[in-house]
Amino acid sequence: MKRRTSAIALGAIAALVLSGCSGGDADGGTEEGLDGRGPISFAMGTNDAGKLQPIIEAWNEENPDEQVSLVELPQEADGQRDTLVQSLQAESSDYDVMALDVTWTAEFAANGWLQPLEGDLELDTSGLLPATVDSATYVDTLYAAPQNTNAQLLFYRTDIVDEAPTTWDDLLGYRDAADAEDLDLLIMQLQNYEGLTVQTTQAINSWGGAVVDADGQTPVVDSPEATAGIQALADAYENGDIAQRTNGFTEEQTNLAFLAGEAVFAYNWPYMYDTATSEPTSEVGDDFDVAAIVGPDGPGASTLGGYNNGINVHSENKGTAFDFIQFILSEENQRGFAQESFPPVLASIYEDEALIDEFPYLPALQEALENAQPRPVTPYYAGVSRAIADNAYSAIVEGRPVDEAVADMSSAITSATGN
Amino acid sequence: MTDTAEKPVQRRIRTGEGWGTYVSGAVIVLGCLLPFYWMMVVAFRDVGYTFSTIPWPTHVTFDNFVAALNTSSGNNMLRAIGNSLVISAVTTTAAVLLGVTVSYALARLKFAGKGFVTGIILAASMFPGVALVTPLFQLFTDIGWIGTYQALVIPNISFALPLTIYTLTAFLHDLPWELEEAARVDGATRGQAFRKVILPLAAPAVFTTAILAFIATWNEYLLASQLSRPNVEPVTVAIARFSGDNPYIQPYAAIMAAGTIVTVPLVIMVLIFQRRIVAGLTAGGVKS
Amino acid sequence: MSDSAKTRRTDAEPAPTRRWRGDRASAAWLIAPAMIVLAIVIGYPIVSAIIQSFSQDRIFNEQTGFFEEGGFAGLQNYWGWLMQDCGNGINSCPRGTAGSQFWQSIGVTFFLTGVTVVIEVLLGFWIAIIMGRNLWGRGLLRAAVLVPWAIPTAVTAKLWAFIFAPQGIVNSITGLDTQWTTGTWELLTAVIIADVWKTTPFVALLILAGLQMIPKDVYDAAKMDGATRWQQFTKVTLPLVKPALLVAILFRLLDALRMYDLPAIMQGNTSGPATTMSMLVTATIREGQFANASALSTIVFLIIFACAFLMVKGLGVNAVDQAQPNRRKVGAGKSKKGTSADTSSTKAVVMPREDAGGK
Repeated sequence: MKRRTSAIALGAIAALVLSGCSGGDADGGTEEGLDGRGPISFAMGTNDAGKLQPIIEAWNEENPDEQVSLVELPQEADGQRDTLVQSLQAESSDYDVMALDVTWTAEFAANGWLQPLEGDLELDTSGLLPATVDSATYVDTLYAAPQNTNAQLLFYRTDIVDEAPTTWDDLLGYRDAADAEDLDLLIMQLQNYEGLTVQTTQAINSWGGAVVDADGQTPVVDSPEATAGIQALADAYENGDIAQRTNGFTEEQTNLAFLAGEAVFAYNWPYMYDTATSEPTSEVGDDFDVAAIVGPDGPGASTLGGYNNGINVHSENKGTAFDFIQFILSEENQRGFAQESFPPVLASIYEDEALIDEFPYLPALQEALENAQPRPVTPYYAGVSRAIADNAYSAIVEGRPVDEAVADMSSAITSATGN
Repeated sequence: MTDTAEKPVQRRIRTGEGWGTYVSGAVIVLGCLLPFYWMMVVAFRDVGYTFSTIPWPTHVTFDNFVAALNTSSGNNMLRAIGNSLVISAVTTTAAVLLGVTVSYALARLKFAGKGFVTGIILAASMFPGVALVTPLFQLFTDIGWIGTYQALVIPNISFALPLTIYTLTAFLHDLPWELEEAARVDGATRGQAFRKVILPLAAPAVFTTAILAFIATWNEYLLASQLSRPNVEPVTVAIARFSGDNPYIQPYAAIMAAGTIVTVPLVIMVLIFQRRIVAGLTAGGVKS
Repeated sequence: MSDSAKTRRTDAEPAPTRRWRGDRASAAWLIAPAMIVLAIVIGYPIVSAIIQSFSQDRIFNEQTGFFEEGGFAGLQNYWGWLMQDCGNGINSCPRGTAGSQFWQSIGVTFFLTGVTVVIEVLLGFWIAIIMGRNLWGRGLLRAAVLVPWAIPTAVTAKLWAFIFAPQGIVNSITGLDTQWTTGTWELLTAVIIADVWKTTPFVALLILAGLQMIPKDVYDAAKMDGATRWQQFTKVTLPLVKPALLVAILFRLLDALRMYDLPAIMQGNTSGPATTMSMLVTATIREGQFANASALSTIVFLIIFACAFLMVKGLGVNAVDQAQPNRRKVGAGKSKKGTSADTSSTKAVVMPREDAGGK
């Protein structure tokens, strides 16, 4: 007896997409509804959805016949992804436009769930930060429009450090200053989870290596550069330059420890600029600043975060959907993001003098974003991330020889990508 | 042997137990209650003092409860409580309706294959729920049931029904069935005898079983975490993924308040029905 | 008491045979609906999981960059898990793959099961003995032990995660800086403590019910023979409570082998050091590998049933007899005064508090 399984459904979608054969309603959908106009829904995690609210209101004001309704997804990333995947597997058009974490874009594209932005729907990406466009590109095709971005920054204490260090060795040079104040020199996220993948790819990219090749599949983490990057973290952890308690740190613990004034340097997302200046419990209030993270010879390569907006391949109103994701990229709306500490993807915003006065971290963020690298763009991201974090943890925290860990990381990535 | 003959002996055995027993008892009571107490202290404490170690309530506030019920961060505890009530009530009703006839048959009737049926029920009650998750996840995704109540009620029956049958059979067996026999001698049919005589006597047992099935369903997490969406998720899932304004920060104070909201009614109910619950818990497990 | 004694007596002596006429037919009608429902909610998923475990997960087509439907896999999925074959032969699952977590998750599950069940039974026995004593405030004691049992496991997990948080009360009081939620042994310890807190009361109640079934006159006889309290415990209490104890252990064991809620919530993800068998299944589902997850859940299911089988056959736990009242024979049969023991014990089971609580 043949059951309806999603494996079959998936296969069917893929087959239809590939062959371009159209079987009535069961069509893959990439050619349908391209100029469809009408009301659409926009799905986004509830934690950041508030930042889109004013944009949606402005759009609805101008387009009374093509209203956008906001559908709030769960707050945490896994919950958002599960909700979207379940809906898409059922070929539902519940969500016309979806705000996708940068790490899911490839997976959704490879499953044939996203409308490629080409032909009538070609998006002008010339004004956008190049790394954000890369994060939305899969097999040389743009599958989503960058919406906002994110990159880790180096937070440092201005009461101890006069000028931000520019290299890794510069940073480590403050060891004595940190010891004198009985502070941790550097804190970051070394717990074994997605945050460690971010730290590890940052180190690998900063030291000139890469996790995967340009094809997004072939691991290249066993290069000398990548090994050196992880080795630097492992050495710093071993001798306490990176506080050893950070093996249990997430962004949250990093934030708490830095706000409590327990560390000279911290790697974290820009949101900590906000908490450190505004939280009543913050003890570092005016005594800190931000800079780009550091590499061996200069600024390091931050790992890119943020959201990309994808259009559901089954949407009936792709015309409206496309106009809406373009509308989000308008200068006015992108400036609004900057005012909400939601890093915009439009490059020109970072040059805006008025905004820089208001948000002094913008230049540092711009520098970080110019050097930033996306995490591997692969449909097997969950497995690849696990391969990176697990092995990095064994090398950095558990003291396993780095070349062994890197070899395992490489073969685990190969195995995760099913080759 | 009578009670009067027994008691002096007991007293004598128990003299000299003295303070040791009381210390042990106190340790047990504290061990059971302190974590629960701590949850409530933090729930009522100002969020800035969440990690304070002062053992008694300080900085008392209801703000955490406001935060726990607030829906702006994607939480919706009230909806989750409503969902849990619906899911648990429907599951319990279904399990009791289906289970009561089986329990009657197992406790009362003699038929070939009784051991086999009992074995099936036992096997079902030991069945690992995780083995249901993969096929049901796919099935419910295909037929668009993810995010519906039936997608949570149906798998819940897989453990609530065996639990119901198991407990109820043990209870029913201990009913005074000779009364039914007497009624039938007086000319009642089996159905009449069951309805008029046995059912009133069995009602407390059915009620107790229903409480246990309800609690078991209320506390279920694994299946719900995989098969629900926010609109139908029960309290266990809502608490587990409870989040604050900042995705990187665990809002412990609000979580403790949310935990208090869903736990205190349950604890009160358990204490009210304490005797029945203990009887029900032990009925299936311990038999002589 | 004499009333109920009469009542129970019928159990031992089967009623007149005419009563059983037609039982077979009515039993079928009474049992069929529940059996059909169980077949749907358990049988169907199991069969479809087994079928799917022999199929292949979606394949990634490197040329196109899209996923395609997989074919028939035979035993490949099982082989992959059991033999650690991630595509390059036996033991080719490097660290950082789900496959490499297979044996670890089994080890973690059995470790957690072994440690928690031993602690819970020992602690439960002690609590049961204290609860069985005639002390002032026993009502409070009995109410208190029900509190941990009543709290949903998900709430328990959050509560203990808070207690063991890096800035939590445990670290504050002890002055330690222990990473309870991330270090392997620290996390396992935290999970064990939370599970023991949550479940020991349940075990204690089961043991208490077993203890209360032991007729008082057996102790009287032992005392008259000059047995010490230790001898009373080892020669009278333990043997008589053993059948009930073994059933309690069996249930706890099977429950612990399915452990999911506590480690999943306290660890916060599904690839850390406290990943149990059940958690690995959901992690595999999350990665979209349904066929692989089906094979894994079938393996988990077989492991748990093997454990149940070994317990029942090896240790002589007779849960079927325990559950099937008409064939009850364990425990009280060993007492010299069979009938009176049976009377008091049955009463204890139905309403333990009535027997012990009213002073």
